Order: sequence, then structure tokens, then C-alpha cells
Amino acid sequence: MLHKIIDVTEVTIRFSGDSGDGMQLTGTLFTDVAAVLGNDFSTFPDFPAEIRAPQDTVSGVSGFQVRIGSNDVRTPGDFCDVLVAMNPAALFANAKWAKPTATVILNADAFEEKNIKRAGFTTDDPIKELNIDDRTIIFAPITTLTKESLKDSGLDMKTIVRSKNMFALGICFFLFNRPLQPTFNYFERKFAKKPELIAANNKVLQDGFNYAENIHAIQNTYNVKPAKQTKGVYRNINGNQATAWGFIAASEKSGRPLFCGSYPITPATGILEELALRKDLGVKTLQCEDEIAGICTALGAAYAGSLAVTTTSGPGLSLKSEALGLAVMTELPLVVVDVQRSGPSTGIPTKTEQSDLSQALYGRNGECPILVMAARSPSHCFDTAFWAAKLAMEHMMPVMLLSEGFLGNGSEPWRIPKMKDYPAIVPPVVPANDTDYFPFIRDAERLSRRWALPGTPGLMHRVGGLEKNNKGSVSSDPLVHEQMIHERAAKVAKVADYIPPLKVVGAQDGDVLVVGWGGTFGHLYTAVQHMQAGKKSIGLAHFDYINPLPKNTADVFRRFKNIIVCELNNGQFAAHLRDKHQVFFYHQFNKIQGQPFMVSEIVTAVRKLL
Amino acid sequence: MKYTAQDFKSDQEVKWCPGCGDYSILAAVQRAFPEICETLGYKKEQFVFVSGIGCASRFPYYMDTYGFHGIHGRAAAIATGVKVANPSLTVWQISGDGDALAIGGNHFIHAIRRNIDINILLHNNQIYGLTKGQYSPTSKLGKVTKTSPYGTVEHPFNPGELVLGARGTFFARSIDVDMKLTAEIMLASATHDGTAVTEILQNCVIFNDGAHTAITQKAVRDDRTIILRHGEPMTFGINRDKGLVLDGLQLKVVRIGEKGITKKDILVHNAEEPNPGVHMMLVNMQQPDFPVALGVIRAVRDKTYDDNVRDQVLRVQTLSDIKTVDDLLHSGTTWEIR
Repeated sequence: MLHKIIDVTEVTIRFSGDSGDGMQLTGTLFTDVAAVLGNDFSTFPDFPAEIRAPQDTVSGVSGFQVRIGSNDVRTPGDFCDVLVAMNPAALFANAKWAKPTATVILNADAFEEKNIKRAGFTTDDPIKELNIDDRTIIFAPITTLTKESLKDSGLDMKTIVRSKNMFALGICFFLFNRPLQPTFNYFERKFAKKPELIAANNKVLQDGFNYAENIHAIQNTYNVKPAKQTKGVYRNINGNQATAWGFIAASEKSGRPLFCGSYPITPATGILEELALRKDLGVKTLQCEDEIAGICTALGAAYAGSLAVTTTSGPGLSLKSEALGLAVMTELPLVVVDVQRSGPSTGIPTKTEQSDLSQALYGRNGECPILVMAARSPSHCFDTAFWAAKLAMEHMMPVMLLSEGFLGNGSEPWRIPKMKDYPAIVPPVVPANDTDYFPFIRDAERLSRRWALPGTPGLMHRVGGLEKNNKGSVSSDPLVHEQMIHERAAKVAKVADYIPPLKVVGAQDGDVLVVGWGGTFGHLYTAVQHMQAGKKSIGLAHFDYINPLPKNTADVFRRFKNIIVCELNNGQFAAHLRDKHQVFFYHQFNKIQGQPFMVSEIVTAVRKLL
Repeated sequence: MKYTAQDFKSDQEVKWCPGCGDYSILAAVQRAFPEICETLGYKKEQFVFVSGIGCASRFPYYMDTYGFHGIHGRAAAIATGVKVANPSLTVWQISGDGDALAIGGNHFIHAIRRNIDINILLHNNQIYGLTKGQYSPTSKLGKVTKTSPYGTVEHPFNPGELVLGARGTFFARSIDVDMKLTAEIMLASATHDGTAVTEILQNCVIFNDGAHTAITQKAVRDDRTIILRHGEPMTFGINRDKGLVLDGLQLKVVRIGEKGITKKDILVHNAEEPNPGVHMMLVNMQQPDFPVALGVIRAVRDKTYDDNVRDQVLRVQTLSDIKTVDDLLHSGTTWEIR
């Protein structure tokens, strides 16, 4: 029987299995091939905090969802068209993410009575229990077939069984008419020193592909054509990598060496790891004894003239609060990256959220406003980091860059920019022996102080957490204190003159303005685009700058009858908007489940207002 | 250019309590710095003073150098950042016993473990002064303070023991009233590559007056302290007739001329010995059985963190093809849309 090849514009695949089943790698390799074929894509790794939770339990299930398309793909998809589940627990945890028509690929070997029970099924028939249409199930004995495939490989049984994810990948490649060569190339690079593993992985992948072709259970396979993308050279990039590289770019542009003081924390660690690799570009990283040392070493480096960065996630940000206040007081350039995760406290460490916004805005003692920015997609982290560093150095202030677990781990194709297209960064470094230099005398336009670097003759001065007058002397004069508070706040507010105006996607005025910020952009954008076909006029205003807000914010809000603020928290940005622009009424749509929005949820929420 | 002590005095009014031991420490440092500059070729603008919170931590404001008055306990972390960012600077951290050993204990031991090339001056007055008289991690067991009205029930740290335990390469001890010794140690500290910790027994005239007088009073000082100098025999006493010998695995005080002991039986101080065994015994010597050890107790050569960072950067840079950000962005797998 010849199968039919059907063209589809986009398709969502979800790989799931035990934490040790290699699902993240499988998903990444599938994505890499999509990239090479010119598909647009968006990924969503969804994994547990435990490195190896008890086998075959739901708590150990690791998932990786990817949407590939020949159109503009902005989200990893709400529900999947193909679900790969390597064991009953993965099926149990992920069946809810599969469309009713989804193809479900199951590792039959893992569906033993014991495992079915461990997964939490109450009957011995998971398929029936979950009410899955069995016409769309490929029940393949993946472990047995992998063992058979590699029986002459000379590899030990543990290594053989571990290759079963590549068998599953082979099945998926058949299903989507993907070539195997790019993955063969990957094995060759990855296992350059272990040729036996290259041969073994190639064989398992090919056998998985052939198996799918031979069983004739698959009547249709799918073809996703290349997306119409702007000409250029592309790469796959995740948010943490893009953040790290954005800082390196700012360091190159400004000529200030990059220093990152940090402490490992999920899901921000990737930034430190990426920067640690870049000794070749002179990046200095210091893995500190704790979060506080992370920001304090960075602040010391900032004083000494570095582009200083510290990276963390929510609980770490709590620990950095006091030192961040010191950065505000000493008016030193510093970028704090918070890759937000589910809180409070340890919360759900590997799951995404936007619930650190209030902490970012207000989480310090005293009158202590700071510049707060947010990235909207994995690749957008590059520009956000670049601009955070530029504004920090040129305006002499700490900047909070809010990323999210969803962005840090998620990836998308990125048209590689050229550094010559990026603006210069010119920090206000004081020349030697400038007799007019005083630590807190301000520039008339930006209201920022200047940067006098230790080692420079004739500029010796002291900074610190104690209140000082403009000349830099410690002062507890009540009026000096009030004046300095106003000056520091005015400096932050002044940044509004240097940031782009708020833009509206979709209808420019009318019924509903969807308002968002940060990593929900893809979902909000897709939902708003989807609703453009209707009769009602719906626009999207997505904020990259949280404090200060763009100057035209009220002008945009005024043009719509309804405003709905959508965010992955309990309404923190809505509260901020109510504080800054009190004349408007703000509806809210909130989700606090550790999961990104679904496009369908947003559409439903907006329609309720119509 | 030749500097004088005056060159290191800032225009700020010094606001410690009259009679505070910090005055003499400040004077000793300002006296030592011209010699440090001359010996090591430093210029004034290369000095950075970093402090935390506490009475001692006001120190940077009084030095006409670069200075950073930080937050409580974090001086070692800030100083580390300054030094790693610009290794050509000479970085001096000022902390009290609370700042360095209580709230900042973690940063203190890790700076030492990394062997960052910074100088730490630990003003040890065994009390919390700026918060007006609570016990500190170096207060003696049983010490009565506002927060221990019936006496403390916890054991104090011996800072030297902590430094050696954290694999410190340099530890010295001085007393506030001996400005000459403090100045001498400052030069040794500046000369040492790596984290150099100097504990200075300092008097808090208001909340813990006389905490160290049993050893620092001029009349008894020579008998109750021993100033150690590398390569010299460990003798002390007004008549320099007392000395230290090894008795089995223990130190013992002996009198030269008694029981057949001659000067050549006395231990010779080797500050450069990597094995910390004898150094540990020396930092632990206490009255009344032993004199309190002053001077440079340990000064061992080892690679510094900053050296290792520099070497690694150079090594990776020679091997890597990535020279610019454009190179980096195009590294790994890319594809072209035409």
C-alpha cells in the first residue's frame, strides 16, 4: 500500500517519556531538521525538576513540544497532532495535550501491567480509559525493536536500550517525510571519538524510519513545506543563549569587558553556562558561593568599569534585593536577569510564570525605582539584553531584564543579525584628572552621573549605600535625602525619552485592546491575528518596557473601548497599569498554572468582552 | 612620585568615637602606604578600599583612594568583583568581626579558598559596636552583652583558624596600639599574591573597652605576645629570654638558659611552609599558657584566582576561531534562506 503524502501548513509534535528517556534531545533533533528544511518553529521543553524521578511515574515525565510550519509560527501550539509517549506515565500525563485526531505513538514494551499501575491508571487498558481513538495509535514495541536492531553492535544492553528514543525519532521522521542525513551528521559530530556510537545511532534511526514505512499502519504522511522567511542566514537559538550573546554584543559595542557573577538556579543557569564558554571573547564569569555574592561581585566589577551582569530566577532575586538597592544608590550600571519560574518560594522550579513582576518593580527597601524590561520571545532575548546593557551603561543605573522559563528553554529560528547594524554604546566614562568630576553631579539630558573608573588618575572618590550629596559626601541632611530620591527617580523616568513607542498589532482602534508583556507575546499575537477575521476590531499592545512605560501608552489605551491585560500571574501588570494610568478600566485574564497560555484560552477570554 | 601619609587622607571628617582603636589602624595604614607604593611601584589611583557595614567599614571614606562602602557582610564579594574585573588594582577590604565572620562568613571563606589577590583587614573588637553592644562571633564564651544578658552560650571563632581551614595562604595578626607592627604587616600583605588576611585586635572604647588589654598593655605586652618574623627564632619576653619549642606534637614555652635550653633549641618561624600544622598551633596560642602570636604567621606562595582567570582566557583565546560577536553568531549549525 502506498501512503498518501498530505501537505499541511503546520503541525505540533509532543515527545514525552521518562526523564531518562532522552525526550529533550529527541525533540531538539526533530527541531534541528525542521530548521535545516526551512520550517518556522517554536519549541516548549516541559520537564520536571527531578533529574531522575522514580521510573514510570508521572512525576518523572519529561516532555518536549515543537510546532513546525510553513507559515509564521509564534507558539509551540496548544494541542499536538502527534504524541510520542515512551511509557504509560507519559501517556497519562500528556494525553490531555493531544488533539482527538492526534496520532499517538506508544512504546508497547513499556505498557506492562506494573507500569500501567504505577502511572496511575485504574484499569489495565489505558487507551480505553483515556478514550483515545485506537485507529490513530501506533503501538510499536520500540524497546524490543531497538534491541533487535543493535544486537550485533557489540554495545552493552544499557546503551542499546538508551538508544530507543532514536527509534521513535525515526518513526516521526517517516511520518513527516524528513531526511535522515542532518541527524546522521549530528551523530558524527557528537560521537566523533566513539565511532561505534555513530554507527549504532544511525542504524536505530534508520530502522525506526523503515519500521514505520513497513508496518503499513500509517496511511498518510505529512509534508510541511519551508516557511516564507526573509532572506538571510538563520540559526536555532534559545532564550538563555540569546540573552548571554546579547550581553557579549553589548560588551563588544561598548568596549567595556563583560563580567557575570552568578549562582546556578533553574531555569536561568543556561545564561551563566553560555557566558562561561566565551573566554575566547574575553568574558569573565564567576560562579559564586551564593546569589548575594553573584550580584555583589557584579557590582564590584561595575565599579571597576565592566559591563556587569548577574543572572537568576525568582528566589535568587529575593536574595539579591539588598544589593540591588545598593546598585540604585551607587548609580552603577548593572543588568539583573530574572528568568522567572513558578513561585512563591521554590514553587515549581521548572515551570514558567510571570509572577516576579511586582518583586522586580518594588522588591527593595526605600524609594528604589529601577528600569524594568521584558523579552517577548527566545530570540528577542538578544536584543533585550543588548538594550538592557546599553541603557544601564549610558544611563548609569541597574536594569532588570525579565525573561521566563518558557523563553529561556524555548527556541526558535533566528535570522542572524550583523553587529554593524546595532547602535553604538557610549558610557559616560570620565577622562583622567577631570577637575569638574564629582560622583553625583548629573548630565543635563539623561540626568545620569558619570563613570569614574578606579585606576584613573585624579578621580579618586567613594561610593556606597549611605545617602550622599551631589559632590559625593555622606549626608543625612533631610532635604538632600529627598532631593537625591527625586533625582534617582527622575533619571529612571527619563529613560522613556530613549525607548521606542508602544506599537499596536492588528486593529489600531476599536473594541478590545489585548495588553501583554514578556514571553506571552507569541500566544497573544497568534490569538489576535486569529480574531482579525471577525467583525470586531481587536488590537494587541505588547510591552517590552515595564518601567518606565512608553510615553504613548495612554494614547494607545484611549483608542479602545475595552482593555484586557493578559498575564501569567494574578494581575501584577494590571496593578502596575492601574497605578500609572488610573483613568482606564482594565479587565484581566490570568493563568497561574506554570504553563504558557493557550491561544484558544485567550480567544475565549477576549470574546467574553464582545 | 613619592607619597606621604598625608596623600592618603581624604577631606572627610573622621567620626569614630574618641579613643577608638580604629584611629590608630587608619593612621598605621596611611603611614604604610607611601612605602608600599615605593616598594611595589603602585600609584595612588590603583588603590580601592571596599568595606561592608559596621564602625570599621566607614574606613574607605577616610582614605583618599577609590572606595566602595558596601552592605553588611558583602565586602569580600564586592572586593572580589573589583579585583577580577581589573587585576591591576590593589584592593583592600575593611571588615569588622561581625561583617566578616557572621553575616559575611560565607564570602570570607570563599574569597580565601579562591585565593583572590585582595587584602583583608579584619578589625576584631569582639563586639557589635554600631548597633550598640551585642555579642559577635568572636566574643568570648560567657560574654555578657545586651543580647546575652546572662552570658553567651556559644563558642567564638578564632579568625586565624578559620583562615587556615579555608586554605588561606596569608594570615597575620596585629594590635591596634602597635602602629609600627601594623604598618610592617601592611607591606607584607600588599606584597603577598593571594588573599591576605590581617586580624587586628582592636579596642571598642564604648562597648567592649579593655577586651584585649590583658595582652596589649605596654607593661605586659612583651611577655604576653610574640612577634613572629619569617626566618627568626620564636623568642619573646621583655628580656627576649623566652621562646617556643616543639614538645612532641605540641608547642611549649621555655626559658633560654634554663634546663639546658639554648637559643638554637628555639623554633625558627617558617611562614612559607605550606603544611599549616605549626601555623595552626601558632594562631591558637592563648593566654595564660602561651603568648598571643602577632606578625605574619603564614605567607605561602600559590597561584591566585586572578592569575588563573587571566591564563585561562589567554589559552582559550589562542585556540578559538571565534574572535568577534559576528563569528559567534555564525558558529555551529546555520542555514540560509535565499
